[in-house]
Amino acid sequence: MALGLLAGSTRAQEINAYSKDIYAGRFPQQSGETIYRAICQSCHMADGKGAIGAGAYPSLANDPRLSAARYAAAIVANGRKAMPWFGGPLSDTQIAAVVGYVRTHFGNRFEDPVSPAEVKTVRLPAPSDDP
Amino acid sequence: MAPAAFPMSRRSLLSMIGAVAGPAVMYQAMTELAFAGESGFTGPIALNGAPKGASVLILGAGLAGLVAAYELRKAGYEVQVLEYNSRAGGRTRSLYGGDAYTELGGFTQSVNFDPGLYFNPGPWRIPHHHQALLHYCKTLNVSLESFCQVNYNAFVHASSAFGGKPQRYRHVNADFNGHVAELLAKVADQGRLDEAVSLQDREALLEAMRQWGALDKGYAYKKSLLTSNRRGFEVDPGGGLAPPPTASDPMALTDLLQSHLWTSIAAGHHYEFQSMVFQPVGGMGMIAKAFAREVGPLITYDAKVTQIRQDGGGVTAIYVDARTGGGAARRAHADWCVCTIPASVLGQIPMNVGAAMQESIDALYYEASIKVGLQFKRRFWEEDEAIFGGITYTDQPNAMIGYPSSGFLTKKGVLLGAYAFGPHAYELSSMPPGDRIAPVLDWGARIHPQYRHEFETGVSVAWHRVPWVLGCSAIWTSDLRALHYENLCAIDGRIVLAGEHASRLPAWQEGAILSSLDAIVRLHQRVVGR
Repeated sequence: MALGLLAGSTRAQEINAYSKDIYAGRFPQQSGETIYRAICQSCHMADGKGAIGAGAYPSLANDPRLSAARYAAAIVANGRKAMPWFGGPLSDTQIAAVVGYVRTHFGNRFEDPVSPAEVKTVRLPAPSDDP
Repeated sequence: MAPAAFPMSRRSLLSMIGAVAGPAVMYQAMTELAFAGESGFTGPIALNGAPKGASVLILGAGLAGLVAAYELRKAGYEVQVLEYNSRAGGRTRSLYGGDAYTELGGFTQSVNFDPGLYFNPGPWRIPHHHQALLHYCKTLNVSLESFCQVNYNAFVHASSAFGGKPQRYRHVNADFNGHVAELLAKVADQGRLDEAVSLQDREALLEAMRQWGALDKGYAYKKSLLTSNRRGFEVDPGGGLAPPPTASDPMALTDLLQSHLWTSIAAGHHYEFQSMVFQPVGGMGMIAKAFAREVGPLITYDAKVTQIRQDGGGVTAIYVDARTGGGAARRAHADWCVCTIPASVLGQIPMNVGAAMQESIDALYYEASIKVGLQFKRRFWEEDEAIFGGITYTDQPNAMIGYPSSGFLTKKGVLLGAYAFGPHAYELSSMPPGDRIAPVLDWGARIHPQYRHEFETGVSVAWHRVPWVLGCSAIWTSDLRALHYENLCAIDGRIVLAGEHASRLPAWQEGAILSSLDAIVRLHQRVVGR
């Protein structure tokens, strides 16, 4: 299946430059907080407030759009514009965990939990591998 | 941080094919999987007959924008370039001592390298078949030198193999070839390949295996001066009354197979990494500086584009001062526009193009990648380990250690201490720059213990935090190509896009240049045709 093919080893990166290694492997982190610190923070920053340059990374702080848990899960699972697709590197459980974390931190107070089963329902099919 | 688990990938598969079957089969497999390809450069372009007064606005002064500016001005167009940064070159740059680099989040790093030392945070090597880039290096007098890709004396390293002790590429490569040759010779000699190989071919195959693998007359790969001529000697040949050379012990086949170090020995077989590979003398930034000498006066720096509008009368870009992000909005106007702004940023800028182009822009996101440059007080890799250029591969998150291909046997040097992709790149990018160096030093010290005493200063560039590109390069899949590639490249009214993202060589400078040349040739045809 696509994910197996997409997952690359860092040792094998050099086969061709740089193409699709966003898919490389999976993240070992399991809690929402550790996943946020390992992935989301690289763009949305430690305080969740995003950043602005030539383009911007949106702030997740005090974000009313996060009231819709399935919306947030869909963005993480499927990506949107510059936001990468994490449906491969993260499991439904991990996506549920990190969405739950963001919805209850950075000034967000959406306490209704998201289940891995709900994440599954918003996943789109994985992108195919062939460049 | 614990390394993520890595299932077998197509890349690993190709590595294994390359290691086992050699470059020819590897290349065939790559071609079938659509990895390899010609550069497509058919020679310098010569655009003639631009209508008097015709103008082009170029957005972005990376390689695509610089090439467009250079060629369109030569063709007689009035050219203006808007660039977000205070310099030309985009991802084509080097960091030198005295530079400062501020990433998203406001983290500023001072680059404290000694004079003459540098670090290429983006592209760092030029394949010999990237003819378009080489053409501009020649035209603009950018001096090139050889980039050492494969170094037989560098290491391959896996944390769990051989007690974590790095192994010389020479040993792993020679032993792998030798053992595989011996195995194949055995089955061929036993008639086990009769269905695949004729009797005549079998004799040639046996001889080929003997020569390729350094096998003895009995088709065995074993300790001997013959095999030491491949893998190196226990005691090297000397002069005078020095003792005679002593053969070294090959690794056992099972140890080699279980080490998985064979995943790291095929890199140099790949089309992009086959000798000759080049680098500009003094850093990749020299290419940017050379273009800036030519077209610098056409560039408005520190210009953050906030809107792009086209109508029957031309194209207008609204921009503000990038340093403050605000101030008075300015306008740049031209008949036509070559837009090289990365899709990750362009998707956030209002622009009235058709739905097909807009959807293609929105479909792309950019890869995570991070590079870390480390300056050391002395070139211990040369002095202690005789590693001159080349790359050590490791299964640790830093993935590679790249040794400088110039300045040999001088005092200090800058290593590429990490070149990570995937989860490890996210994990490192997420750290404040000040925290990234320590783990990179830890990983490096497991290969070179000298790291601990010799480290002086370092700098990291996490591409998702680069304010003007938001990632390393665009990610295409076959589905995305089928749906969007032609729409991304097609001229929309008066606007055409260019850059590595609008090429079939994503992430390569050559892709950016070929994309630009293709775009401006089509644009010129449209202008002249009207």
